[in-house]
Amino acid sequence: MSARVERPFLEGWFAKDEAGAHLVGARCTSCGTYYFPRQVRFCRNPACEGEQFEDVPLSRRGRLWSFTDACYQPPEPYIAADPFVPFAIAAVELEREKMIVLGPVVQGVGVDALTVGMPMELVIGTLSETPTERHLVWQWKPVA
Amino acid sequence: MSRDIAILGVGMHPWGKWGRSFIDYGVAAARAALKDAGVAWRSVQFVSGAATIRNGYPGQVAGATFAQALGWQGAQVNTSYAACASGAQALAAARSRILSGECELALVIGSDTTPKGFLAPAKGERPDDPDWVRFRIGITNPAYFAMYARRRMALYGDTVDDFALVKIKNSEHGFGNPNARYRKRFTAAEVAASPMVASPLRLMDVCATSDGAAALIVSSIDYARRVGRGDAPRIAAISTVTPTFASAIIEMPDIATDSAVAATVHSFRAALPAKAYEISGISPSDVSVAEVYDLSTALELDWIEDLQLCNRGEAAALLRSGATRVGGRIPVNPSGGLACFGEAVPAQALAQVCELTWQLRGEAGARQVEGATVGITANQGLFGHGSTVIVKR
Repeated sequence: MSARVERPFLEGWFAKDEAGAHLVGARCTSCGTYYFPRQVRFCRNPACEGEQFEDVPLSRRGRLWSFTDACYQPPEPYIAADPFVPFAIAAVELEREKMIVLGPVVQGVGVDALTVGMPMELVIGTLSETPTERHLVWQWKPVA
Repeated sequence: MSRDIAILGVGMHPWGKWGRSFIDYGVAAARAALKDAGVAWRSVQFVSGAATIRNGYPGQVAGATFAQALGWQGAQVNTSYAACASGAQALAAARSRILSGECELALVIGSDTTPKGFLAPAKGERPDDPDWVRFRIGITNPAYFAMYARRRMALYGDTVDDFALVKIKNSEHGFGNPNARYRKRFTAAEVAASPMVASPLRLMDVCATSDGAAALIVSSIDYARRVGRGDAPRIAAISTVTPTFASAIIEMPDIATDSAVAATVHSFRAALPAKAYEISGISPSDVSVAEVYDLSTALELDWIEDLQLCNRGEAAALLRSGATRVGGRIPVNPSGGLACFGEAVPAQALAQVCELTWQLRGEAGARQVEGATVGITANQGLFGHGSTVIVKR
């Protein structure tokens, strides 16, 4: 079987460097407000008229704000495996950015292994596969 | 000068999955409201329609579509789109026209025919649309409701049994409501046996999508007095405020909250009724009955606190005490709520006002809240849309 080509499901939303995986956010150069996704043209802080932003790696770790799982196969554009494999979903609070970011939880970790407040870290994993491609996504994983 | 308008008539087409055009349901609801008001269609000066993007765009716009189906008669027309708050914005448009003196008598109408299953985004690869992104990752609407529910469990000690109790209560309320789609009394065992959708929420904790229509005939207080209806229930306030930056919780369909490094956080849900209380001068302790947007069982508990009907974190205790049942101190969702109706997006906020009107007239039958004088609604949809309406005697 030929190897699938790996690509992020969205270009430029997350990256990996020596320190590990991170989300790519934007930061307003006027008031410091962070944004994810980073596609922002006008600062949404009503006290700020900033239109200049710099790309910044968001914190790799945060605390679990809440969580759930997808027990039923979501509709398109979700690309499901056959058969569909349920997965957990995490909302993680980043302390420095003072924001909460959603993402799938790594495969093999279900809701029974999760507790609100526990430390989580970002990794890159598989979102979906086609016969020729593997689509990568950011995922949350309990800190070992 | 009074800032109130009168509700002269209300009408609904029963909720269900009828497989017909939304126009059919809307006309049935409008004719019921006209008959209830004792008003001739030709007397209506302003038609305010609540739209949804599934209503057949392009070419079919809700306000004019209903005006044509009822027979063009030259009324002024308006269409409002604001996701789940479309109905309330259509009502707000009528209120503004009436209070400005531009018209005296208006029809407000919302109707929907919904697709089967999960509400899903439009087709095509659209990474700039947060709704597309979250569905691509597999985060459906119930996932958001489930994360709010889990948060309540962690912060306040709510249990899945509390959530089931909301379903049991609302199914009891809706059992005798002729406009409700699901008229069946549920037990805790039946809720617990329903399939898990998004932990901790099961199928019986999450509302369905339905077809249905609701309509109101509203007028100036002067007009109501002239036709001998000076005692009709009145709309005392409509709030359709936006959220205030920065968002306190992760809102559907977003992937992330606002960052709060340069601003404090604000609850959107709590802001909606707060503005309505401010507009009307009515306080939470005056409220006799509430119709809230129970997209999930747990969300009803959030709304009860957002409406300030109890302190934050105490809604489950209020529920357990029986206070939110018909017959209790502050009944919530006497209609049966979304649990018994399912959501018909552009009609739902108007259906809430129909129920409060029947309650305040004392015409709600087995689900009547005795002596109801002030009712309040709460509703929230996508993209910063939401509403609260206060109805009083």
